Amino acid sequence: MNRLRRNRAAQCAVLSVVDVPCGALEMPAIEKQEATSEEIEMPWNVIVHNDPVNLMSYVTMVFQRIFGYPRERAEKHMLEVHHNGRSILWSGVRERAELYVQQLHGYLLLATIEKIG
Amino acid sequence: MEICRQNEALEIRELDPFLAELLRQIPESAQPKDSPAAEERLFSPPAAPEEKVLCAEWKLYVVPELRRLFQSATETVREDLQQLRCTDKPFANCTLRIPMAHADAWLSALNQARLAIAATYQFSDHELCDHYRSPLGSRRDLSLFQVNFYGFLQEFILREMEGND
Repeated sequence: MNRLRRNRAAQCAVLSVVDVPCGALEMPAIEKQEATSEEIEMPWNVIVHNDPVNLMSYVTMVFQRIFGYPRERAEKHMLEVHHNGRSILWSGVRERAELYVQQLHGYLLLATIEKIG
Repeated sequence: MEICRQNEALEIRELDPFLAELLRQIPESAQPKDSPAAEERLFSPPAAPEEKVLCAEWKLYVVPELRRLFQSATETVREDLQQLRCTDKPFANCTLRIPMAHADAWLSALNQARLAIAATYQFSDHELCDHYRSPLGSRRDLSLFQVNFYGFLQEFILREMEGND
């Protein structure tokens, strides 16, 4: 899925500098293309939801592995999931958020992405 | 049963037939064919139902990949479990040796099995915290024991993996 999205994004760069012959123009021309709604959309949250079966130590290890968080931060998120039912692990562009959710599902955590705002 | 680290492997020794049977059931329990609840838990949606396109793409592209990933882990575990086919010696003398290189596969398969069983039987939080219930009462009690036993193995593997870091 991410590959498909990447290809689609590559096909529509928002701005591209057009080469012009020397002396023809003083300033380089900027060719404007329309940005798709996908490119200007709001960022997304990666959320992990509580699950009474997954072990706390396992969840902590997964957060450390996927997000590269130090143990303390991973434990903080794990406890947030445990006590509040969910924790926002990461926020940012959709494609990367999808990739994180895919990795979290690979470890069998209950994870979703959610549009911010 | 005794479980310990031996160099680059975990060893489970002095297995009684009951626990050996629970170990043998890991691959089957991890991939239940007749439990929609388990299927739903192992392949949960990536977003709220309103995100129809995302959920549809997920089913199409990601779920088959996840299925392959989970299958690969359970196959590794299944191969390791071949050691429990002790036909020439008493069970108590059987040792299951799990190479540390297979630790991730074991964690995944044990987790798949625990989640699938818990989803199938819809265990409550209270039941999942009851580590002292006898496995002898009913199929449900046995399944709860299975979830806890697999959890114990997961904890041990995680501790040993942490020791490796």
